[in-house]
Amino acid sequence: MNAPTKTSYKPGDYKSDLTPVWCPGCGDFHVLMSVTRAMAQLGNAPEDVAVISGIGCSSRIPAYTNCYGFHGVHGRSLALASGLKVARPDLTVMVMSGDGDGFSIGGNHFLHACRRNIDMTYIVMDNRVYGMTKGQPSPTTEPDWDSALSPGGTGLNPFHPLVIALASGANFVARTFSGDIKGTANTIVEAVKHPGFSFVQILSPCVTFRPDEKEWKNIVHPASVEPTDDAARAARRIMTDDGFNVGVLYRGDRKPYGNHVSDTVGNMDILEEEFVL
Amino acid sequence: MSAPIKEFESVSVAIIGSGGAGALTAGSILLEAAGKSGLYGNMNRAVGPQIRGGEAAAHVRLANQPVQCMAESFDLLVAIDWNNAERFAADLALTPNSLILTDSDGSDVPDVISKSGAQIGGVPLKAMAREIPGGRENMIAVGLAAGIIGLSTDHVMSVVEAKLARKGDDAVKAGRLCIEAGLAKAKEYSRDINIKNVLTTDNDRWLITGNEAVALGAVRGGIRFAAAYPITPATEVLEWLSSALAKVGGALVQAEDELSSINMTIGASYGGRASITATSGPGLALMVESIGLAQASEVPIVIVDVMRGGPSTGIPTKSEQSDLNIAVYGCHGDAPHIVVAPLSVGDCLFTGQWAVHLAEAMQVPTIVLSDQSLGQARIIIDKPANVAFFANRKTYIPVEGEDYNRYAFTADGVSPMAIPGTPGGQYTADGLTHSVRGTPSATNDDHQNQMDKRHDKIVNFDYGDHWAEIEGTGDLVILTWGSITGAALEAMRDLAEEGIEIKLISMRLIAPFPKDALLNALQGAKDILVIDQTHAGQFHQYLRAQCDLPGNVKNFHRAGPRVISPAEISAQIRDWNIS
Repeated sequence: MNAPTKTSYKPGDYKSDLTPVWCPGCGDFHVLMSVTRAMAQLGNAPEDVAVISGIGCSSRIPAYTNCYGFHGVHGRSLALASGLKVARPDLTVMVMSGDGDGFSIGGNHFLHACRRNIDMTYIVMDNRVYGMTKGQPSPTTEPDWDSALSPGGTGLNPFHPLVIALASGANFVARTFSGDIKGTANTIVEAVKHPGFSFVQILSPCVTFRPDEKEWKNIVHPASVEPTDDAARAARRIMTDDGFNVGVLYRGDRKPYGNHVSDTVGNMDILEEEFVL
Repeated sequence: MSAPIKEFESVSVAIIGSGGAGALTAGSILLEAAGKSGLYGNMNRAVGPQIRGGEAAAHVRLANQPVQCMAESFDLLVAIDWNNAERFAADLALTPNSLILTDSDGSDVPDVISKSGAQIGGVPLKAMAREIPGGRENMIAVGLAAGIIGLSTDHVMSVVEAKLARKGDDAVKAGRLCIEAGLAKAKEYSRDINIKNVLTTDNDRWLITGNEAVALGAVRGGIRFAAAYPITPATEVLEWLSSALAKVGGALVQAEDELSSINMTIGASYGGRASITATSGPGLALMVESIGLAQASEVPIVIVDVMRGGPSTGIPTKSEQSDLNIAVYGCHGDAPHIVVAPLSVGDCLFTGQWAVHLAEAMQVPTIVLSDQSLGQARIIIDKPANVAFFANRKTYIPVEGEDYNRYAFTADGVSPMAIPGTPGGQYTADGLTHSVRGTPSATNDDHQNQMDKRHDKIVNFDYGDHWAEIEGTGDLVILTWGSITGAALEAMRDLAEEGIEIKLISMRLIAPFPKDALLNALQGAKDILVIDQTHAGQFHQYLRAQCDLPGNVKNFHRAGPRVISPAEISAQIRDWNIS
């Protein structure tokens, strides 16, 4: 809407002066660094970027950026962001979520955001636990993970968010590791640039409730094959990998959602013609 | 609310049949032809829950003055068939003066109908239709009804031609022949029920439903974005908005559920576009958490609730006012917001437009409580006057060297809102309690101060005279809200003929409660009849929670689905032993 304030930006230009509420060592600090780094690489003015979230540790991120932000209710970030992007197609819209917010309470919106294919980027910081409520199992938690809410584990298999995204029509699917700040930033840049709905799952350890996840840095490995444009092939790979395969896994070419609000207002008088007797 | 000029005359016609028999089409044709002849009128449809093949009834009332509710009984009933007629019986009041026309080759008139003592005439509807290539019984019914009530043949024909044009010349020809056959047959039944004094004016007349009117008002007010999840009886609001917004450069998105539609609405408004969604009770229940978000983060949105019978799935196709409590009190925490209610089908346009203005001016969620009896009623009205209420949001204009505080305190409690894209206005909207800057906070001061601000901005706003419509004078008062207004006006007119004077106060602004304005209007009131269409008497409970009403107070309330009628209201007044 307005002329950008600068012509080039540094990651620091996208950071606010607020101190995050996250625990020391939380993977989300690295995600914040990757996000601001990606924003600088993309070079959009901070005022032309909107960061939308729901509720949870991950969802605190908008206020830690210097962009426009919305910290909404639990699970509804994709819906809020969809309305925003349709109303304001000129903005770069990034949606930040976690495995509880995004895959459990917000699960239905996840399916339909993939299907709707609005041009925005969905970043889920997956630590396989509800951290803000102090350690309950999420849809990506292992079946035998013990907790006060589910002693001995839930006995339920985690589901595959990346496969669900593919089955639902997401146009770009990637997995990264939060500790790889540069790689994650590059993937986010690619996701934002890719037309349509892009989904990036970031494995982001919760050092407080899942100290075992500190080992992830030794487990993750780059995807051994090139990204595919065949959703079925991508889904098979993801279903059969070890869950720590990082990189861009799918690039589609489905046409993004085309309906949006325009800046010009048409002639209102024509609207009443149908009512005149 | 226009004053009677000539003696009021009205005639009521019901056309019934199985779903698909065309009863609703027949009713629409009669209504539109009457409108072209200079009459006023309205039509309610009574349909069963079946998708197809259930029952359908068109209730049409024509009059020489504007009408907003159905008459007590029907002068004429045309039955294309009697399938499922027992489900209609309660809504088909007939008297010995009524005329029933039924297919002489069809089944007998059911006892529940014939016990009214109405005159019954047999017309070979099916046989007559069969004689005309492409002929349909519902078009014969139109001819019959038009003939008996004395509608202009030219106007009936022009409406039929317009309606059937897209089906081709043969369909138009068949339609004309059916109408002519019906008109000829009608001559056998002489009834003195035609309207003699037609009110002629130069005003354009409109034919519109409440759902269309509220949507038109909203778009006129500045709505640019809508999010939609279908629900009876609100779907037509969304369907109309879909094509209307596309025509003027706005957009409607169909959401996956109401949790999504309300949040899409919030997101679009956060982006600087006036935004709306429409739903009914079950959808509103799903939305309330996020209405609280819009309230706390001060994002203006409009939610139209076209109320239906509740609780739970209730009666989707019929009316009630029982969402009053959830609309006012539904949010968790203290979340004062605006609730307004249209008072008639025509007023849906005004109230819809006003709601956009209020939401945007105060950056607050605004709920419009319409209901099925307004939303799905099709009515002839004088072309509504243009309303000068528009979306006018106080936005942030960057000032060099000045820090921006999204939730800064101002004289009117409304803080300039930065629209994304504005340099230097970046902030994070938040449902967490926050400081003036928008930063999450759990301090006593921030909580108290921001709550005060959000309360004061809507309580101190000047709503002008629009908080209610007040008609008549005297110390005997009817106090009601929303769709009851039409029946109350008609009861007033009937009681005036008996020398009973009524002052009607019909509230359009429900929340924040216009206490001073109401108590001022009630000055001198001795007896107050409070009316609403809820099982619990929610309106009376709400009034009593907000203020002490003067004088004797009587509370008349009942559940739907049958809408409260003028006669019921008149009876409440007549039977009230007041000195």
